[in-house]
Amino acid sequence: MNLHEYQAKELLRQFGIPVPSSKVVSSPEAAEKAASELGGNRFVVKAQIHAGGRGKGGGVVLVEGREEVRRSAQRLLGTNLKTPQTGPQGQPVDSVLVQVQTEIEKEFYAAVVLDRSQAKPCIIFSESGGMDIEEVAKRSPEAIWKQTFSPKSGLTPSEAKAFLSRGKFDLKAKETLSKILVGAARLFLETDASLVEINPLARTPSGDFLAIDAKIRLDDNGLERHAELAALRDPRQEDSREIEAKKFDLSYVGLEGNIGCMVNGAGLAMATLDLIKLAGGEPANFLDVGGGASKEKVTAAFKIILQDPKVQAILVNIFGGIMRCDVIAEGVLAAVKETQLKVPLVVRLEGTQVEQGKEILKKSGLKIISAESLEEGARKAVSCVHSR
Amino acid sequence: MSILVDRNTKVIVQGITGSHGSFHAKQMLEYGTRVVGGVTPGKGGQKVEGVPVFNHMDEAVRETGANASVIYVPARFAPEAIREAFRSGVKLVVCITEGIPALDMARLNEEFQGKPGRLIGPNCPGIITPGECKIGIMPGYIHKRGSVGVVSRSGTLTYEAVWQMTSRGIGQSTCIGIGGDAIIGTTFVDALELFEKDPETEAVLLIGEIGGSAEEEAAEVIEKKISKPVIAFVAGRTAPPGKRMGHAGAIIGGASERAQDKIERLKRAGVRVADSPARIGEAVEKVLLETQKSPKR
Repeated sequence: MNLHEYQAKELLRQFGIPVPSSKVVSSPEAAEKAASELGGNRFVVKAQIHAGGRGKGGGVVLVEGREEVRRSAQRLLGTNLKTPQTGPQGQPVDSVLVQVQTEIEKEFYAAVVLDRSQAKPCIIFSESGGMDIEEVAKRSPEAIWKQTFSPKSGLTPSEAKAFLSRGKFDLKAKETLSKILVGAARLFLETDASLVEINPLARTPSGDFLAIDAKIRLDDNGLERHAELAALRDPRQEDSREIEAKKFDLSYVGLEGNIGCMVNGAGLAMATLDLIKLAGGEPANFLDVGGGASKEKVTAAFKIILQDPKVQAILVNIFGGIMRCDVIAEGVLAAVKETQLKVPLVVRLEGTQVEQGKEILKKSGLKIISAESLEEGARKAVSCVHSR
Repeated sequence: MSILVDRNTKVIVQGITGSHGSFHAKQMLEYGTRVVGGVTPGKGGQKVEGVPVFNHMDEAVRETGANASVIYVPARFAPEAIREAFRSGVKLVVCITEGIPALDMARLNEEFQGKPGRLIGPNCPGIITPGECKIGIMPGYIHKRGSVGVVSRSGTLTYEAVWQMTSRGIGQSTCIGIGGDAIIGTTFVDALELFEKDPETEAVLLIGEIGGSAEEEAAEVIEKKISKPVIAFVAGRTAPPGKRMGHAGAIIGGASERAQDKIERLKRAGVRVADSPARIGEAVEKVLLETQKSPKR
C-alpha cells in the first residue's frame, strides 16, 4: 500500500526526521489560509497523488505570496494529474500540500528497502540526490552506498556513523545524518514498510538537513497489525476494480489491452499474459482467482473483467489441481448466465476431472469456445479480437 | 535418489484440525506420504484422518520420530509455528501459508541462520518426490518419477510445466515450489546445488518470475558450479512496473527486476530458456535428447 507524501512526512516527523513546515488542504481557500498560517512569502504547492514524476507533470509549483498559493491550488485540485508514472488517465488530485520553500545547498538521497537476497533490511544513501536514483545507479554505481542491518535490533547509531564515514562529513553533519538514518530504519521496522525513501534530503546553508520529498510503501501483509496505518489508505488513488477484486480475495491488475483473462495462480496468470502477447494480442488485465475457484469467485471475477469497456474477448485458463475441473466448469457456466456474457469466451481446462469439465461446458448450449492447450487458448482468444 | 524428501520422510501437519490442514493431510496420506501426526495447540489427544494430534511440535516429534513438518496455519500464527518446528529439531519445514509479513521472515531468518534445518516457502505449493513423498498442496497424479529436478517460484505454473513433461513421458526426481514471497527459506541457488549433487537428477528446470534478483543469482551459480543442463522459463514479460502481480514478491521495483533482464542473464549462463509457457516440456525434452547424444562428461 502506498502513502501520500503528506502522510509519509508526518511519519518521518514522528520518527525524529526533520521536514519543512507544511499543511495539507483540499480547497483553494484553505490553501490560502494555510499559507498565511505558515508565514513567509515563498511556498511550494504539491499535488498529492500516488505516483512519482509529479514535477514533470506540473504537479509541483513554486509560488510567491498567498494569492498565488490559492490560484495554484485552484488549478490543481479536482483535476487528474498525468505524470510519466501514471496511466494515460492520470490520478485525481483531491488534496495539495502547501509547504514553505527551503533554501537548498546540496541534495542527498536516503532510503530503507528490503534486500531480498540477504533477507535483511538495507539502508541506501547517495550524495547524488534529487534525481532519478535508478539513473545514478546505472551511470555510477559507486555513488550509491548500501548496508544491511538487523531486522531485530535495527540500525544502531554507531553502525550509521561508520556507514557515513564513506563521505566527508564534519562531526555535526555526521551526527545529524546518523539520527536521520537511524530514525528511517526504525520507521521501516515499526511500520512494516517495504520502502522508505527521502529524495531529496536537503542540506540548507545553515547546515540543517530536511526531508523535502518522501515516499513510503507499506507491506500489505503487515497491515493487519497496524490499524492506524491501514486507515491511511486512499481508495481514490487505486483502481476501483482492484479494490473490488480484493473484497473477493481475487488479485486483479488492469492493463491496456482488450483480452480479459481469468487464471488460477499468479505465476500461471503472468505466463498466460505473456502467451497472449506472443500470439499477437494484448491482455486487458491480470486476474488470479486463486486455488479454490468457487462459483462466487468466478462470477465476481467475470463481473470485474467486464467492467473494463475495452474487453472484447475473455480467456479462461485453469489448471485444476486439487480444484476439480468439473467444479470450475459449473462456476464458469453460472457466471456466464448471471453476467449475460456478450463477448466471446475461450476456455482452456486442464487437470483433475478435465473430461467431465469439458463435457459440462459442451452440453450447456452456451457459446463457449473450448481450447485443448495453453497455446490454442491464446491463439483462439486473439483471433476472436482480430476478427471483430 | 531424490533431494530432501523420500519414502523415509515422516511428516507432522501443523494446523491439522483446520479445513486446509485436514484436507491436505488426507491428500498426502492417499499419495503415500508418511504423515505420522498433527499439531494444533489445545487439541492434543484427538485423531484426524487416523493420525494423532499433539499440542506442541516437541511432543509430536518425541512421540513419532518425525523429521519434517508442513504448516497450514493462518499467516498471523505462521511465524511462531515455523519457530516451534525448528526448535523441535525437524530437519525440514514446509510453510504453505500465504500472507506473512516480509519482516517477520527476515527476523526468523536471522534467528535460525547457521543452525541446522531447512525452510521451504512460505507461500509455496510444497515439495514432492514422485511415488515416494508429497508434502504440500500440489496434485500428486500429474507427476511421474524420473530424472528432471524442478524448482519454481510459482504453484499452478509449475503444475502446468510438470504436466507438459509428464505428458511427454519425462519424469521428475523432485519438484520444489520455493514460494512467491520476497523472503523465502530455500532459494533457487540452494535447490540447484542440491540437484547438482543428486545422482538421479540429470537436468534441472527452473521457473522464475519478475521481481528481486533470484534468477540472476541462480545464473551466477549455474556458471560457476552447476555441470548439469538447466532449462528455464521466466513469467511476467508483459507485467507493468510497480504493480504487484499476485505474489507478494512479484513486483518490478527496479530496472533490473524485469523478466527480459533475467532471461538474458540466464541465457548468458548457458541456460536454455523457453520463450513460451506452452513450450516448457518441449524445451526440456530437447535438452535431454541433446545430453543423451553427447558423450558422457
